[in-house]
Amino acid sequence: MSYIHLAYGDLVLPALLVVMDGALSLALRLKLEKQLAIATVRMVLQLILVGYVLTFLFAVVSPLWTALAAVAMVLFASREIVARQKRRLPGIWSYGLGAGCMLLAAGTVTMFALLTELRPDPWYHPRYALPLLGMILGNTMTGISLGLDVLTNSLVRERAAVEACLALGGTRYQALLPVLRDALRSGFTPIMNSMAAIGLVSLPGMMTGQILAGVEPIDAVKYQLLIMFLIAGGTGLGTLAAVTGGARLLTDHRHRLRLDRILTAE
Amino acid sequence: MLTVRALKRLHISVSFDLQDGECVALQGPSGVGKTQLLRSIADLDPNEGMVKLDGTLREAMPAPAWRKRVTYLAAEPGWWSDIVQDHFSGWDDALPLVTRLGLPRSCGPWPIQRLSTGERQRLGLVRALMLRSRVLLLDEPTSALDSASTAAVESLIAERISNGTSVVWSTHDNAQARRVGSRVFVMNADGGIEENRP
Repeated sequence: MSYIHLAYGDLVLPALLVVMDGALSLALRLKLEKQLAIATVRMVLQLILVGYVLTFLFAVVSPLWTALAAVAMVLFASREIVARQKRRLPGIWSYGLGAGCMLLAAGTVTMFALLTELRPDPWYHPRYALPLLGMILGNTMTGISLGLDVLTNSLVRERAAVEACLALGGTRYQALLPVLRDALRSGFTPIMNSMAAIGLVSLPGMMTGQILAGVEPIDAVKYQLLIMFLIAGGTGLGTLAAVTGGARLLTDHRHRLRLDRILTAE
Repeated sequence: MLTVRALKRLHISVSFDLQDGECVALQGPSGVGKTQLLRSIADLDPNEGMVKLDGTLREAMPAPAWRKRVTYLAAEPGWWSDIVQDHFSGWDDALPLVTRLGLPRSCGPWPIQRLSTGERQRLGLVRALMLRSRVLLLDEPTSALDSASTAAVESLIAERISNGTSVVWSTHDNAQARRVGSRVFVMNADGGIEENRP
């Protein structure tokens, strides 16, 4: 297996394409140049940093360091979920629900893959555990954040319908069922769209990376299929946990709708 | 009998008894808290105080079971399905009430949006009446109706009252309050109620 080695200098020419985007923004007065510059610098620094962090983790192969890195990834992802919500849950739940559900879903399917199909030695080897977790987290995060966003927005919009059912003796689960279904559908949509388009419209990043690194395409495809199955499972599990957890938080033991618990983002 | 003691919600604080087969009219300026009071009795919002039905505390039973006995009907009912008959467990059983309140027999498969505001209000009342609740908490149930439909609703509720159903009927119409209520409660800005005999 061989690949074409890149030096930092080799990245200067491609980086000019981002400069071209900045020039376009200036010329067309899109006012995106500052955001573009910040995003580019952030991306470069974050990726270089993660490169060094992964190099360190791969060298020490420690379960403690691997677990710490995984927890940090989950916390960053939960922060991203909160940032994407127009309406938020109060207090610790705004972060806690997303983080808990991602840890449950992404953690479960990552462990499942490590212990059943990949079986690296040791099983927590960061070279396998962290990239797997990262890919599953990214997609699960999208599902959870969409599901929660639709849940809170639909409950505010459909309040009269939900409360009509409650007033007529419906349980909170009966009353919220149509909204829960909408929220779950929204959470599932991106991964289903992605599965439908993959290979025809898009070549996934991991597969492309493996092919560029010299892996046979059909072997890269097998890895990609494994990842897609894991992502689908993680997204389903995470979205279900987040949406049902959110529904429980937005109702109470007397089967009342508690929209007073939703905070609207500034 | 419905017993309400020191029921507190926001600025509201009320106590009263409602006998079986009695209708009390609830009046007061807009925004004074009539809807909040009715919703609190039905336990749809967090509240404090003691509410009993025939001596049984509402906390002694699951909230859905309480609301099947003590049912709140909003002035603008909500709809959880787009189709009229999906809101009824037995549409055929509801047809006598549907037609009695002037809605067409054929409206079962119609989309809710095809109904006018007044038709939706009457349909919401039919949906609530199908529960045969012990207590009805009616929040301006005829606010969108013409005089003929209002008379039909008043007559239908009067029948239920004569069969033992208790009713709290919120209305801005003084004449209607005197017609339907054996007592009239007037809610004041302090969240209390004063009782007037019609």
